Amino acid sequence: MKLEKTYTYLLAFSMLCIILMVLGIFTIVAMNGLPYFWLKNVAKVEMTDGKVYYGEIAGVNPKAENGSETKLKVGNRKIYGQDFLRIKDSEIKSVSYPKEIIMLERDEWGNAYGIISDIGGKEFDNIHSSVMEDKKEIMSLEKGRLLSINEEISKLNHRITKKSETGLEEKLEKLKTESAVIETDLNSKREQALIKTFSLVLADGQIDELKYYDIVKKYQPNDVSLAGKIWISVKGFFEFIFADPRESNTEGGIFPAIFGTVILVILMSIFVFPLGVIAAVFLSEYAKEGFLVKLIRNTIYNLAGVPSIVYGVFGLGFFVYAMGGSIDRIFFSDYLPSPTFGTGGIIWGALTLAVLTLPVVIVASLEGLKSVPHMYREGSYSLGSTKWEVIKDVVIPNAMPGMLTGLILAISRAAGEVAPLMMTGVVKSAVALPFDSSFPFIHLDRKFMHLGFHIYDVGFQSPNIEAARGVVFNTTLILLIIVFALNLTAILIRNRIRNKLSRSGV
Amino acid sequence: MSKDRFSANNEIASPVIEVSNFDFYYGSVKSLNSVNMKIKPKTTTAFIGPSGCGKSTLLRNFNRMNDLIEGTKNEGDILLHGESIYRKDLNVTELRSKVGMVFQKSNPFPMTIFENIAYAPLKKGIKKRSSDLTDLVEESLRGAALWDEVKDKLHKSALGLSGGQQQRLCIARVLAMKPEIILMDEPCSALDPISTMKIENLIAEIEKDYTIVIVTHNMQQAARVSSYTAFMYVGELIEYNSTTDLFSNPVMKQTEDYITGRFG
Ligand SMILES: Nc1ncnc2c1ncn2[C@@H]1O[C@H](COP(=O)(O)OP(=O)(O)OP(=O)(O)O)[C@@H](O)[C@H]1O
Ligand SMILES: [Mg+2]
Repeated sequence: MKLEKTYTYLLAFSMLCIILMVLGIFTIVAMNGLPYFWLKNVAKVEMTDGKVYYGEIAGVNPKAENGSETKLKVGNRKIYGQDFLRIKDSEIKSVSYPKEIIMLERDEWGNAYGIISDIGGKEFDNIHSSVMEDKKEIMSLEKGRLLSINEEISKLNHRITKKSETGLEEKLEKLKTESAVIETDLNSKREQALIKTFSLVLADGQIDELKYYDIVKKYQPNDVSLAGKIWISVKGFFEFIFADPRESNTEGGIFPAIFGTVILVILMSIFVFPLGVIAAVFLSEYAKEGFLVKLIRNTIYNLAGVPSIVYGVFGLGFFVYAMGGSIDRIFFSDYLPSPTFGTGGIIWGALTLAVLTLPVVIVASLEGLKSVPHMYREGSYSLGSTKWEVIKDVVIPNAMPGMLTGLILAISRAAGEVAPLMMTGVVKSAVALPFDSSFPFIHLDRKFMHLGFHIYDVGFQSPNIEAARGVVFNTTLILLIIVFALNLTAILIRNRIRNKLSRSGV
Repeated sequence: MSKDRFSANNEIASPVIEVSNFDFYYGSVKSLNSVNMKIKPKTTTAFIGPSGCGKSTLLRNFNRMNDLIEGTKNEGDILLHGESIYRKDLNVTELRSKVGMVFQKSNPFPMTIFENIAYAPLKKGIKKRSSDLTDLVEESLRGAALWDEVKDKLHKSALGLSGGQQQRLCIARVLAMKPEIILMDEPCSALDPISTMKIENLIAEIEKDYTIVIVTHNMQQAARVSSYTAFMYVGELIEYNSTTDLFSNPVMKQTEDYITGRFG
């Protein structure tokens, strides 16, 4: 009796540990990432030697070599060469927070801090928003019609020069004129937008001539109320989710990576689930138990332990080179030597992950099939069912919860894999998403971005580590949330089916 | 007339099932030894005998359910309307829809009540949303004396029914198949007395249309529901007689010992 109690406590304790661990991971990631969405005040620091700096106080190091030091994010990288500056606390004369200091988020060169004196705030906003409108139009033209025209032109060129097809010149000319018209239009628009500038007075009195076109957003941090700052943080968080990355991924959002990850996992599920279920049904219902089946089963069990990079190499060799290469030779020979499917793409990434997770789905499905009560099979047979009818009507539906458990495990595993994707099509920055409004709408051959790879890329390959840290942690947070969400969806589906199969479904 | 321990076999002139010199093996273990018996159509026949004597084995051969167990083997023959059920060109699924089966443990599928009943008819080509199907479902449920209890929850899960209701549902499911013969393997052993009574009444009612073979451990039940009773012992048919004769006047010592409760 007493022992039983001890075991109960132990059980409760280990449960608690697990919950704390999960919460701990979330908390640590969130604590490191979320503060980056907070709009910090900009300090005006006056030094004893007369120098003045504007910047966000990024940290204090009381034990620096020459006495206490303060780290100041002064921005204006283009002028100062770096974003951060260390100053000796002993040389600081005064620190103040004047309301008129402005922080500008830019497309390039990080933040700028300073004071705008030649133009009023209202006026600035008006000009800025009109320039932004133009910019949006320019971008969508560039990414949309112009891109597809240029693609068509290169296809036509290819057919004319390499395959000596005739009668295409007229079409080519028409496209070229259209392209030229758009291009001139674009250039004049861009010129008009680029021409608009304003001057920013920096802390040391230098004047920096800036283009409205490059400014993403203007803040006056010292003049924002607490509620305003909270609103800005929340908005910042959502912009992080829904915006495209900027400045080699260290700024802006991560939308393409989120999209890529979700689509990849969904595609993977579409491939792996039917395949795993069919394999499991064959192994458990049809294959005669013997040496070969045992060998296959054990091979499958062992495959789960193969390092994922091995699957990446397999995916590259089999899917990308062999399958993709063949597809290119047969259907896209016009464009060779530039590959269409014979290079990394989201479909190959998804297939590689499907192969990687296949053992998990098969093993879970086998368990599910084994757990179907024998009396259901007998019942179905006794009502005149053929073997296939028994499997389709009672065996598979009753094994479905087990099979979906396999899919859940597969999703968890796949959402976190990066290594195999690096060989099968993940990229640091993908211009176009795998789904869009241009025909044929689904572009499974396109390269894609991925949250796991994004973390690696921003964390290790970024030139601007300080700026990247926030992106690393916040991307991790989003990845965690997405893995949980994908899992939750699968779990909810499974539980619905399970309820239907049990008494509680009445 | 001299007493014959197989007098039923002499009485039954045109049997629906005829078992002749039938042996059955699970692997190398022989569990039926040279069984000879005739089953009378539109009558209830009961199999009794101590546990492990081969009642289920014999019963499950009538619709070849034992085919599903690996390593089984049989010798001799079983005839349905004079034709072997082991002949090469026989369609086993057709056989099973002619010879329905109700199991010891009720096994409705985890589907709705309606879907359970419609399961076999749908396979035979009846249309899914036809009035024929709804009529057939009602008729089968009425036939199994279950209609009044479930008519308001036809589209709820069958697993929500009580054990007795589930067993009657399984009977209704077999009736919907319109079989000729219904095999029942201890259909009441997991049920309370009232549910048992309901099923016994049900058997009495459908007996005029169906040939019923029932395995039971309950001698009163055998006496109540059957016209003929077969007593089996260690894989052999010991005695097969009209139920009244077998219980009132057993020929064999083993039969007498068993029905008087001296063993088994
Ligand atoms: N699947 C099987 N594999 C091997 N042997 C079996 C199998 N099923 C039954 N047997 C054996 O065959 C013999 C007859 O079994 P059977 O189930 O027909 O008995 P029964 O008369 O129905 O018994 P009970 O009254 O307990 O149901 C028993 O000795 C049993 O151990
Ligand atoms: Mg039995």
